[in-house]
Amino acid sequence: MTEQMIPPPLGGCRSAPVLKQRGQREVFCGLTGIIWLHRKMQDAFFLVVGSRTCAHLLQSAAGVMIFAEPRFGTAILEEADLAGLNDAHDELDREVATLLARRPDIRQLFLVGSCPSEVIKLDLNRAAERLTVEYAPKVRVLEYSGSGIETTFTQGEDACLAAMVPVLPKTEARNLVVVGALPDVVEDQMLGLLDGLGIDTVHVLPSRTIESEIAIGPNTVYALTQPFLNETHAALERRGARHLPAPFPMGEEGTTAWLNAIAIEFGVASETFETVTEAPRRRARQAVAQAAQQLNGKSVFFFPDSQLEIPLARFLTRECGMTALEVGSPYIHDAIHGPDLELLAAGPQISEGQDVDLQLDRCREARPDLTVCGLGLANPLEAEGLSTKWAIELVFTPVHFYEQAGDLASLFARPLHRKEILGVAAE
Amino acid sequence: MKLTVWTYEGPPHVGAMRVATGMKGLHYVLHAPQGDTYADLLFTMIERRDHRPPVTYTTFQARDLGADTAGLFKDACQDAYDRFQPEAIIVGASCTAELIQDDPGGLAETMGLPIPVIALELPSYQRKENFGADETFFQIVKHLAQPMEKTKRVSCNIIGPTALGFRHRDDVAEITNLLYELGIEVNVTGPMGATPADIAKMGQAHFNLLLYPETGETAARYCEKTFDQPYTKVIPIGAGATWDFIEEIRTLSGSTNKIDSERLRQTWWSRSVDSTYLTGKRVFIFGDGTHVKAAARVARDEMGFEVVGMGCYNREFARDVRALAKEYGVEALITDDYLLVEQTIEDLQPEMILGTQMERHIGKRLGIPCAVISAPVHVQDFPARYSPQMGFEGANVLFDTWIHPLVMGLEEHLLHMFRDDFEFNDAAGPSHHGGHSPKKAASAPEQIEAPVDDNVIWLTDAERELKKIPFFVRGKARRNTESYAADRGLNQISVDTLYEAKAHFAR
Repeated sequence: MTEQMIPPPLGGCRSAPVLKQRGQREVFCGLTGIIWLHRKMQDAFFLVVGSRTCAHLLQSAAGVMIFAEPRFGTAILEEADLAGLNDAHDELDREVATLLARRPDIRQLFLVGSCPSEVIKLDLNRAAERLTVEYAPKVRVLEYSGSGIETTFTQGEDACLAAMVPVLPKTEARNLVVVGALPDVVEDQMLGLLDGLGIDTVHVLPSRTIESEIAIGPNTVYALTQPFLNETHAALERRGARHLPAPFPMGEEGTTAWLNAIAIEFGVASETFETVTEAPRRRARQAVAQAAQQLNGKSVFFFPDSQLEIPLARFLTRECGMTALEVGSPYIHDAIHGPDLELLAAGPQISEGQDVDLQLDRCREARPDLTVCGLGLANPLEAEGLSTKWAIELVFTPVHFYEQAGDLASLFARPLHRKEILGVAAE
Repeated sequence: MKLTVWTYEGPPHVGAMRVATGMKGLHYVLHAPQGDTYADLLFTMIERRDHRPPVTYTTFQARDLGADTAGLFKDACQDAYDRFQPEAIIVGASCTAELIQDDPGGLAETMGLPIPVIALELPSYQRKENFGADETFFQIVKHLAQPMEKTKRVSCNIIGPTALGFRHRDDVAEITNLLYELGIEVNVTGPMGATPADIAKMGQAHFNLLLYPETGETAARYCEKTFDQPYTKVIPIGAGATWDFIEEIRTLSGSTNKIDSERLRQTWWSRSVDSTYLTGKRVFIFGDGTHVKAAARVARDEMGFEVVGMGCYNREFARDVRALAKEYGVEALITDDYLLVEQTIEDLQPEMILGTQMERHIGKRLGIPCAVISAPVHVQDFPARYSPQMGFEGANVLFDTWIHPLVMGLEEHLLHMFRDDFEFNDAAGPSHHGGHSPKKAASAPEQIEAPVDDNVIWLTDAERELKKIPFFVRGKARRNTESYAADRGLNQISVDTLYEAKAHFAR
């Protein structure tokens, strides 16, 4: 496989100095993850214990409301809960009872902590234990924090998956666990590829329902499909499982490297690997090349958003011919982001955290051809003449693995293409 | 604790943001955790604003809680002043910051900024978005507006429009025009478009127009008391209300200018024979109190609809809406529980919903046409075109937007006559909504076919006959027949019962 790979750059960004600033962070909180997690896990309900702000965020953040009966809701804290007039745990028990009575199809209930519930130190862990006893075996109740004081955007999924790891059954069997919520169609493609490589004991976390046979033990190895799963990574290590570090499966190169790390671990013959990956790799390269025409030679600037920034910068610079000016990520963890940073040629400013006004100053100064940023910044920057790609779409769209590589490149190409059509100079 | 699936109003600090974002030269420093910045996208995405809202968030995190969140607030406040150089600053806390009790108002005061600093107390666990906007604007007016001599020419202030308001942009333009025709000057329009310096001279006006009581009533009352400015009580939505509004302004101003109403087409459009099919259409109205009250009058008196239910989500207007509902002979639904609104609509089976974007989704699920008349609104409710709700043009817009979701007159008849046509049938939906006729829309109403009342059984023939009735009246037919049967103690519905009931309820 190596002959078709672009060689890694001599000096990657793994040891590059990181700019760390502290100021206003224009990011979502971890509750946002519920918007995709509640669709992924079809027998789960996410009950946020929080304020009206939490409920308002959930219905606003997705840009559109998902009005099919949502499998999430907010237990809104009221004055009486805060003043101690109500026993918060009694209140919660009552709301959960109503909810589970109305939705008998729910098998997993997540109590999701929020900023207010954390500040008043509402012990959701205790609540989850109590409710698990009450509703077992029909419903499993877990808790995690999606609060803004604890989590940034995609860290909500991380916290959710990390909460699931300790309750997974133990196994001595050798198995592969693939970690990270993917759209069902992408997950099926991935399972098809792994099956083709002859790896048959594959489990996915999170699974679509509680009924899956996923188990963890000392002979488990796991691969991450999302770069924001730091806590889950730590929780799996605590269970004795071993991480297979690799670049993330975005773009042709990332997908191949990711699969290769697994293939090596499972001793897959290189001919088999070639046979299985040859056709999809060709398709991916072809599709990327099409979209990359628009991107080639252009510069890109990433505001921190989902922690997907580093793998995406690697994809855009190495497969689409772009130049990265700044790559901002809310958090950078070497064990997870290292392999992608290694492939990212030195040059861009790597930054962690944010002072949004200072970063906007840098962005205006750099005048990138494309700015990847959150929804709060996109239209204002467009109005200043900068082309933008709103970052949340990258989390809400199937972008992983070979068959989506072209779509991923197109997501970035579209704003530039649109400007051309509309006859606005993309400066 | 109260379980909420969807909420009609955001928290009160979002109301304050609507005021700050509508104004110019004002900055809002909000003590809030990381994540509360989501509120920016309400303005940049839903309203398509090309500037960030003038809000600085302290975005504290867990590690700051043990340390110095008060210091963080002061730094953010100073940075905001240095960078944006506003004429005035409002400061406050979001729900989480309220719990840590840093007192942003007190902190900002000690900083000695050379501009007015207005502290907001918005109780997040008791109140909501509209209150937040109303209270914020009141505090701004109270702090900044000075007693002044009245202008020589008769002038007024327009009070209430905010950022993210439902059609506020166009309503203000329409009403400003109307005032021009009446020979009255606009002194200040606020919060939308006003600077703190503008607010300072609000006292110059002779009277106030209160367009949106939800967001401006407290300020209007304050001005009445402090500056001796009476304010208007009529909301000029609909032709009749616009004429009443003009009369009210004439009384307040003494203006006798003639008003050119040639642009008002709604009254003729409504009288023209094509509109006959609108007669007695059963509508359910839900939204904020002000828009609901106005819509009820238009629906009954100007469109010829039958109002079968109404309600509002803001309790502040519960009394008004209850009184009006009584006058209309219906039950008022005062709730912010989305599921309860959905249930009520399902029970009432109206032929049309006049609601918010939430009811639009209810309508989609139940197969009932819906037009949006009130906030909360989504991106499609911020049209590029001029589209006011108020004044004469507003009345025209109401006519167009309310009949758009409906199946048109003759089409309705044809559906009755040829209901089994494979292309042109009720499941296809209104033919002018090409893309909106998926199978789903047809299956949704089917779900409600199951008899609701266990005591009354639909015989197979009757059930089949019921299905032949076009979907947009099927719900009503089912409901009428069942109540007819129940009234007569029948426990079975036959085809005869169905037609007996039809004759009984014939209008």
